[in-house]
Amino acid sequence: MRKPFYRGMLHGFPIALGYFSVSFGFGIVAVQSGLKAIEAVIISLTNLTSAGQTMGVAIIAAGGTLLEMAATQLVINLRYALMGISLSQKLDKSFTTPHRLLAAYGITDEIFAVAAAQDCKLVPAYMYGMISVAAAGWVVGTLAGSVANMLLPVSLTAAMGIMLYGMFVAIIIPPAKTDHRILSAIVIAAILSCAFKLWLPGVSVGFAIIISAIASSVITALLFPVDSEETEENKQ
Amino acid sequence: MSIAIYIFVMAGITYLIRMLPFALFRKKIKSRFFKSVLYYIPYAVLSAMTFPSIFFSTGNTVTAVVGTVIAVVLAYFKLPLIVVSISACAAAFVTGLFL
Repeated sequence: MRKPFYRGMLHGFPIALGYFSVSFGFGIVAVQSGLKAIEAVIISLTNLTSAGQTMGVAIIAAGGTLLEMAATQLVINLRYALMGISLSQKLDKSFTTPHRLLAAYGITDEIFAVAAAQDCKLVPAYMYGMISVAAAGWVVGTLAGSVANMLLPVSLTAAMGIMLYGMFVAIIIPPAKTDHRILSAIVIAAILSCAFKLWLPGVSVGFAIIISAIASSVITALLFPVDSEETEENKQ
Repeated sequence: MSIAIYIFVMAGITYLIRMLPFALFRKKIKSRFFKSVLYYIPYAVLSAMTFPSIFFSTGNTVTAVVGTVIAVVLAYFKLPLIVVSISACAAAFVTGLFL
């Protein structure tokens, strides 16, 4: 039991480093949106997902409805359902239902990608090792970002508000360079999202983003359907 | 509305999306269209979240646009996430000093 846990921790370490920097940006944005550091940390601990949390904080800041919160989280995190289905085919028989209920907490893009790339069946201890280290990086990064926002001068923290979005840019641009289908999805989503802001400011931020994202994905899926292997292999 | 209720709904929905298919699902999704939509969703969501919000992320449109341009250029050359992020921040900060 100990050995796979240790191996999982090793695999989780690079993920934790990446998470630290992203969640640092999240901590900044959360505190700038009016949340307390402890609230930002609790959100990170209980959600463990960058896009969903950022959206959630925007909805809280805008005083959105709970329906809007639920709908946006559902759409933004829908990919985890597919990843869960994919991972469920790879589980060792020691992965009983209680273990599945617990390990489900840690299905993220990066953890999925690493776990899916293993050439052996997945045991619970391995998943727990990876998830615990990665989640620690995520939570500590959030705390560091929240605290930095309080300690540093306003001129600097204002500029730091762009960090999280800078990361999102760094995630979406490189694949778009070589894959015109992803470029299409990105450009359509950005245009729709900007159009909502310009011409339909009455639509709340959460709905504007999910409508933009779904419309873009559906249009791109109709234009460029993907091959079945790609949907599971290319998720990073 | 209490922030605790927001967080509860947010965390609850996020957990259920992860848990239900992982714990219960025994078949594979066959629909190519549905798979394609799920494949594009993460990119579309990140893009819709970033634009136009990034232009208002520093409290000043000019510094934000400079930071955005730097981020897009560095991302285009595939620099690591943290480098892109910190450079965008530095560019916005330095631009702010001149305004």
